[in-house]
Amino acid sequence: MTALIEKLSLYMQYPFVRYALIVGVLIALCSSLLGVTLVLKRFSFIGDGLSHVAFGAMAVAAVVGLSNEMPLVLVITTVCAVLLLCAGQNAKIKGDAAVAMISVGALAIGYLLMNIFAKSSNLSGDVCSTLFGSTSILTLTPAEVLICGILSVLVVAVFILFYNKIFSVTFDENFARATGMKVGLYNLLIAVVIAVIIVLAMNLVGSLLISALVIFPALSAMRLFKSFKAVTVCSAVFSVNCALLGILISILAGTPVGSTIVAVDIVGFLVFLAIGAVTRGGIKR
Amino acid sequence: MALLTCQDLSIGYDGHDIVHGLNFSVMPGDYLCIVGENGSGKSTLMKTILGLQAPLGGKILTGDGMRPNEIGYLPQQTVVQRDFPASVWEIVLSGCGNRTGLRPFYNKEEKRTAKDNIEKMGLTPYVRRCYRELSGGQQQRVLLARALCATKKMLLLDEPVSGLDPKVTAEMYDLIESLNKNDRITVIMISHDIEAAVKYADHVLHIGSTVFCGTKDEYVKSGAAKVFLKGGDTE
Repeated sequence: MTALIEKLSLYMQYPFVRYALIVGVLIALCSSLLGVTLVLKRFSFIGDGLSHVAFGAMAVAAVVGLSNEMPLVLVITTVCAVLLLCAGQNAKIKGDAAVAMISVGALAIGYLLMNIFAKSSNLSGDVCSTLFGSTSILTLTPAEVLICGILSVLVVAVFILFYNKIFSVTFDENFARATGMKVGLYNLLIAVVIAVIIVLAMNLVGSLLISALVIFPALSAMRLFKSFKAVTVCSAVFSVNCALLGILISILAGTPVGSTIVAVDIVGFLVFLAIGAVTRGGIKR
Repeated sequence: MALLTCQDLSIGYDGHDIVHGLNFSVMPGDYLCIVGENGSGKSTLMKTILGLQAPLGGKILTGDGMRPNEIGYLPQQTVVQRDFPASVWEIVLSGCGNRTGLRPFYNKEEKRTAKDNIEKMGLTPYVRRCYRELSGGQQQRVLLARALCATKKMLLLDEPVSGLDPKVTAEMYDLIESLNKNDRITVIMISHDIEAAVKYADHVLHIGSTVFCGTKDEYVKSGAAKVFLKGGDTE
């Protein structure tokens, strides 16, 4: 045990480890906050679809040769989030089909672009790291940490300020609209915030595993808690702890960061599932 | 002055109209029941009144100091709600959402309104309970309490007793009647159940192949009701 702690404190002296921990915790927090809403609104796949869009955008950025890809990825993903939402309402192509189409399309185009305009010889390695985010969290610059910090603060602030509206829109969109709430606007806001979170999370877990980061904390919290507030708080705490644990394990054991975090999430989910099953008969409330 | 007036209203969706030339008005204190067969446009009419979809023609006017967003709406339950983790308190309080505007949190008055309505619906023991663990009748009362938070004047109930057993159905009808009689809340109810409509409502709007609008007594005498009342078919 002391050997482990010594090893950890040694690693903590490196800035890149500290950056990874800060960014990891922030992203885990942001993604879990909206995860509850996404799961309940049956929007889980928007997370998946948008992460593929972000992957495509990253490929474009890499091909064009941008040194800082974050702004472009953020813009493209946000535009797609808004488009997906409008498509869902106009219903020419229904929501889930539109998500699937954009998601698969972006993934394919992204890979195609990377393949045609490949600059490095290790193409599959590049794709792998973009999709699974294997090392990018360990190569963060202070500027990226700062951007991530600012965006996270914004996301959390928006979530707290609009918490009650988000609840209303999630629980019963028709009632909210009938009582004069600007449901379209709040759905738009949710879409934009999701886009921001996904672009943030790309750095940590890569595009394929983002859905896991969004969905697992919410589903786990729902096994145990029964009010919206308790579920939201629990999923945030769950997500932050899993991310911390996952990053520490991956540093100590040398495993890929993203997959390790998701593995910890899965274990956490199973634990919550078991506790939920055991206490269902016993706890009345 | 009428709370709600429909003038030459045409309703439908995707440009395809189901009912047209609809004229009726709802006065304060009325208990109007909208009946009709499946597909006759009851739900479409309700969505149009609530502003969830635009009328194809004609106008819906609100009066007597009621704004369009002050109609308390009791929707049918959706799939999403059946496994939604939310407490009774959170759901009822969300009925006050039409008053907060841009203010992010509920104020004391809104919390008191929610508390009063929970008490009125006899839900005080269940305030902290999870919505999905309540019985069907209790869930309907939670949604009714939420609707009452959104309005002091008019309730619009969409099939409020669907899926409830006869005893709970009777309790629900009594509750709605007491809101109408004692609290002077105008009620518009959509129902399959014509017998209950004739028993509780004072006005009936029948839409479908024949359109009828008038008081209950006129309705019972008219031809529109006969098909339903004779067969006793309540679906």
